[in-house]
Amino acid sequence: MTTEAERAMELATAHASTAGEGLASGPVWQHRDVLDLDDFAREEIVTVLDVADSMREVLDRRIARVPALRGYTVVNLFYEASTRTRASFELAGKVLGADVISISASTSSVQKGESLIDTVRTLRAMRADAIVLRHASAGAAYLAAEHTDASIINAGDGAHAHPTQALLDLYTMRRHFGDLAGKQVVMVGDIAHSRVARSDLWGLTAMGARVVMCGPPTLLPRGFRPGERPAHAESALPPVTIEPNIDRALEGAHVVMALRLQSERQQGGLLPSLHEYAQRFQVTAKRLERAHPDHLLMHPGPKNEGIEIAADMASGGRSIIEEQVTNGVAVRMALLYLLAGYTEPFPAAGDGGA
Amino acid sequence: MATLAIHNARVIDPGLGRDGIADVVIVDGRISRVGPDEGSAVIEADRIDATGLVVAPGFIDLHTHLRQPGFEYKETIATGTAAAAAGGFTTVCAMPNTNPPLDSRAAVESVLREAEASAVVRVLPIGCITRGRAGKELAPAGELVDAGVVALSDDGDAVADPSLMRHALEYSTAFGLPISQHCEDPSLVRDGHMHEGWVATRLGLRGRPASAEETMVARDIALAELAGAHLHIAHVSTAGSVALIRAARERGTHVTAEVTPHHLVLTHEEVAFDGDFGSVHYKTNAKVNPPLREEADVAALREALRDGVIDAIATDHAPHATMDKEIEFDLAAAGISGIETAFGLSMALVHDGVMTLPALLACLTSGPASAWRLDRRAGLDGLGTLAPGGVGDVVLLDPGATWTVDASRFLSMGRNTPLDGRDLRGRVVATVAGGRVVHRLDTVAAL
Amino acid sequence: MSDGPSALVPPVQAAGPLLDAVALRRTIVRLAHEIVETNAGTEGLVLVGIVRRGATIARRLADAIEGFEETRPAVGVLDVTMHRDDFGARGLKHSPRPSDLPNIEDRTVVLVDDVLFTGRTVRAALDALNDFGRPRQVRLLVLVDRGHRELPIRADMVGKNIPTAKQDDVQVLLEEEDGRDAVVVVPGRGQG
Repeated sequence: MTTEAERAMELATAHASTAGEGLASGPVWQHRDVLDLDDFAREEIVTVLDVADSMREVLDRRIARVPALRGYTVVNLFYEASTRTRASFELAGKVLGADVISISASTSSVQKGESLIDTVRTLRAMRADAIVLRHASAGAAYLAAEHTDASIINAGDGAHAHPTQALLDLYTMRRHFGDLAGKQVVMVGDIAHSRVARSDLWGLTAMGARVVMCGPPTLLPRGFRPGERPAHAESALPPVTIEPNIDRALEGAHVVMALRLQSERQQGGLLPSLHEYAQRFQVTAKRLERAHPDHLLMHPGPKNEGIEIAADMASGGRSIIEEQVTNGVAVRMALLYLLAGYTEPFPAAGDGGA
Repeated sequence: MATLAIHNARVIDPGLGRDGIADVVIVDGRISRVGPDEGSAVIEADRIDATGLVVAPGFIDLHTHLRQPGFEYKETIATGTAAAAAGGFTTVCAMPNTNPPLDSRAAVESVLREAEASAVVRVLPIGCITRGRAGKELAPAGELVDAGVVALSDDGDAVADPSLMRHALEYSTAFGLPISQHCEDPSLVRDGHMHEGWVATRLGLRGRPASAEETMVARDIALAELAGAHLHIAHVSTAGSVALIRAARERGTHVTAEVTPHHLVLTHEEVAFDGDFGSVHYKTNAKVNPPLREEADVAALREALRDGVIDAIATDHAPHATMDKEIEFDLAAAGISGIETAFGLSMALVHDGVMTLPALLACLTSGPASAWRLDRRAGLDGLGTLAPGGVGDVVLLDPGATWTVDASRFLSMGRNTPLDGRDLRGRVVATVAGGRVVHRLDTVAAL
Repeated sequence: MSDGPSALVPPVQAAGPLLDAVALRRTIVRLAHEIVETNAGTEGLVLVGIVRRGATIARRLADAIEGFEETRPAVGVLDVTMHRDDFGARGLKHSPRPSDLPNIEDRTVVLVDDVLFTGRTVRAALDALNDFGRPRQVRLLVLVDRGHRELPIRADMVGKNIPTAKQDDVQVLLEEEDGRDAVVVVPGRGQG
């Protein structure tokens, strides 16, 4: 019997009691990278949320540190500025005992000649296990994943996806509602440019929720209405109801997600003014009276109070915007834990064949 | 006298209405005669046994990017024309978006000199419509015509200013030159990197809507009618454009059009999907302007080609280096290195029953030649046909042969194709330019 | 990586279980008395069971103690997945679960587990306990001690000492988890 097999057997035997169901306790997880939620099975999303429960509990301990990711290196490679997402990933890694470095790559460093592929390869050569990548180009995380064995976590690629944000949204919703099946989730605002909306849409649909999109016509993406895609491509986008009127959209909603409206939209000719947007689509206490009495108000942040969300709402009782921040660390811890468990560590110098 | 005899082929000459078994004899670079047993009558000749193969006039491409001068790291006249020969093309019209652009006699002459030295097939230059392709002032069309251009184009960009386009069209009537317009309104396609539709939504990419092409096609048809000029629509890609061109031709407007093989077969799904919709890709090798569009557009383009609303298949061969393609999707260069796969890909129309083989071959030979009246140019009479006395440009084809595309073995420096690893049915077996064999597969036997 | 769900294969038994239901329950009662005796009462006691079967046993011990002392000691659940020392070997064999501990500061913690083998789980548990506070003392109680220690760890209170071969598999089955109470040894079939 080889050393490796011996060890595996003995480990399994030794921990049979704490392993509970033995081999059956292994979580459902088949990802080397986290690029978007469109290729996550429902069970995998549940795995993340379940592990996040444990991670949330760790964060509540007197000493919120565990050694699970000792020896694991996480690099935050952010081409777009971000305070909260970056801090969230940094903390997540550190609580798990990983080594974390953060790099703010600006576009100018790209122009100096180091391509994204080169950068990612260099980091891997420095023994990075996971690279958390935020980039202005849709598909950047996919390009990176194609060119390295390191685990790539997409922290936002252009307007395409932001899977960790969506997972933390789902986690937050689950903590409040338990089962998300059949719940109505309404997204209000600049959906066409929102990577959060896209990833949330995949996640919510996988968990059985019903999604409604509401916003001005220039900010709604194409392809969701009937006839906008051919029959064979029905499954290429998740099902969604488009409702242009905010009062109708909010009727009975369990979750209201107010998306951030960027001022560039008005400058780009997509909206006449932010004032008109606020008049027709701002989420206010009055409008929320039509929502389900137990509704949740969420916002991926950072918020423009007075534009997409009324100032009095943002810190009001039904808002769980700050709780989302804590949940974000727990969810990111869960992802790092699962990725670390799924991938092979670097072979040590002495490891020959057994 | 150098003689080449090609024996026993199915000779398809769409321009002259021939389709039957015959021999083709080429003497001193010109077609000597075509007919049954003509080949056996010759005494001293190089011979090719073409039993089971099709022989047609050498293909003519109205739209190729040879990249030289200025972008030799992507392609040169030498490599581009070698690739053309491998694709069965014996005449290529070279687009002027080089550096310097072909907006002066000197620039055009430099291309012709380089072609003389290193080109494997005939290169016909296209001149710019505007100086520097900047869209502000007209380039000296007369000077460019004297230098030898066969058309004018700012391809890569449209001439956006309607008034300037009107003047360009009017001015061109003095020379009888086609203006080949890349129809895409710049303000409608700004920041767009693929077709605007459900695939772009899935990928989170801003799109280039079909109307960006259609508004300009409509505009330029009206301007061409006003000017009485010859407008040529480059790489038509939408059903709406087809309808506009059809209506204009029915009115008698002098508008011609071309379509690329990739727009006849591929859709925008090519960019993102590999068969299932579970996860996405960002395939820069499928990034092209105008972009790959929807099934309905592909169907309309096929019908238009069949009905003669579109005159020619033109490759828009656009080679790019790896460093221009293997990067973030929105930064990647647009274009497909398509000249070597053009015939194989276009044959899908024959295999799908949309057109007969002779009709398809017309779109690669007599169609382009007559659309731009290339066969009226000095020394090029009979171009696009096998008329005796015409240039000895001939292509040998195996329409049923299946082969796998291997981009690493392209003669073009550009490996940027979405077809790598794909099987195509229909292969160029040998190419003869001016009586010389410039390309041949090992399978072609000499007698 | 886990091979996915697999049923706990019913063990091939040579001569029946090592402990049957009656014997197992008697052992738990005896251990409950031992806890109270060693502690001279129930003052400051916290029973912390290691997920999963350790936690079930801890609950039963607390029930038993409540039965004869009329006070119930505090009970907690401790997950040690993230303090294991085999994470370097990777493989997602274990899903963590949330721990749930009462205050252990300056208390007497009785760590409870079903089987004591190499000692690595207990080491991880001692590490994890540190995250929650600083007990006055920690004692170890196991239902079964099967030998083959790899670390200098010993149990203070043992239900039964069972000599085993290293590749044997010792399973503690509990009504709450497995539908019956028993301790069985499956020779030479360590899970691998």
